[in-house]
Amino acid sequence: MKGHAWTGRGVVLWLGIAAWLLPAGLALALAIGDPGEFASDAQRTQYQTLIRELRCTVCQGETIHESNAALAADMRRRVYEMTREGQSAEAIVAFMVARYGDYVRYRPPLQANTALLWASPLLLLFTGGAVWWQVIRRRRGQTARPTFTAEERAALERLRRGD
Amino acid sequence: MRWRILVPLVAIVTLLGVLLLGLGLNGRELPSPLVGKPAPAFTLTALADPETRLTEADYLGEVALVNVWATWCSTCRAEKPLLMELARAGIPIHGINYRDEREAALRYLEISDNPYRTIAFDPEGDAGMEWGVYATPETYLLDAEGVIRYKRTGPLSRELLRDEVLPLIEALRAEQREAAS
Repeated sequence: MKGHAWTGRGVVLWLGIAAWLLPAGLALALAIGDPGEFASDAQRTQYQTLIRELRCTVCQGETIHESNAALAADMRRRVYEMTREGQSAEAIVAFMVARYGDYVRYRPPLQANTALLWASPLLLLFTGGAVWWQVIRRRRGQTARPTFTAEERAALERLRRGD
Repeated sequence: MRWRILVPLVAIVTLLGVLLLGLGLNGRELPSPLVGKPAPAFTLTALADPETRLTEADYLGEVALVNVWATWCSTCRAEKPLLMELARAGIPIHGINYRDEREAALRYLEISDNPYRTIAFDPEGDAGMEWGVYATPETYLLDAEGVIRYKRTGPLSRELLRDEVLPLIEALRAEQREAAS
């Protein structure tokens, strides 16, 4: 096996390369999430929050943070630029909603056409609670101690004594 | 005991009804908040001439279509014969060349037909974001005042033109004539 890559020195070499590449990969992943310099930590936080709250309209079901579609990159860039300009989170969300509609928000606003959506967890909880209460009530009725007549009581007593 | 049958039955029928409704919806088609609003502002260079500037003001004065397209978008290529028919029928069409390369777009138009009256070159998608573009081709119908009256995300079809776009163009043109007289 002389000259093969998997000799002792070869393994060490490959492990070395892997150990060297791993942080590089991590740095790259971080770089995608963070486009550049911010004037303050508050701005960085605002940017990082917003890109997780805005939906990529082409790749529905992904935020612009997760998506690598060209449009998502454009939207991240715009969020970055507007954040750097000192615009508030509300202003940036309003900017996106004016162009792409409410759909662009991952957290839908509470308004007439989303009322049912917002109420649905409560409705589900209420329905579940009602069903649960019904079941409990019925079961409690079943496990109540049966009432015996004097005759039955006497029969039971005889059975217990083993007559 | 009648409830034990009736309640689950009603629940299942309701659920099936909602699912059936959902089947008929197109999840990719989002309502545009821009319909009813003036055409968003932009400043871009003309595709054929980097020295010429184009803005939304170039679309004013007549009922017109604005079509967002790119050479990398195969659906746009498939849609173009229909745009040619519209252009030949005298409907002005303005193009926005979206996230494309100038040379590629010019070469493409050189070897095939060009239905566009003006073409704005938008390599970074700046105007695209102002116009809420997310899936090319997209087509907007503007009235003479430059207000967006209709938007189609995805390719136009003969059915769409017959049922929605052409009747609306007729109505808007009648509106314009009335305003002029």
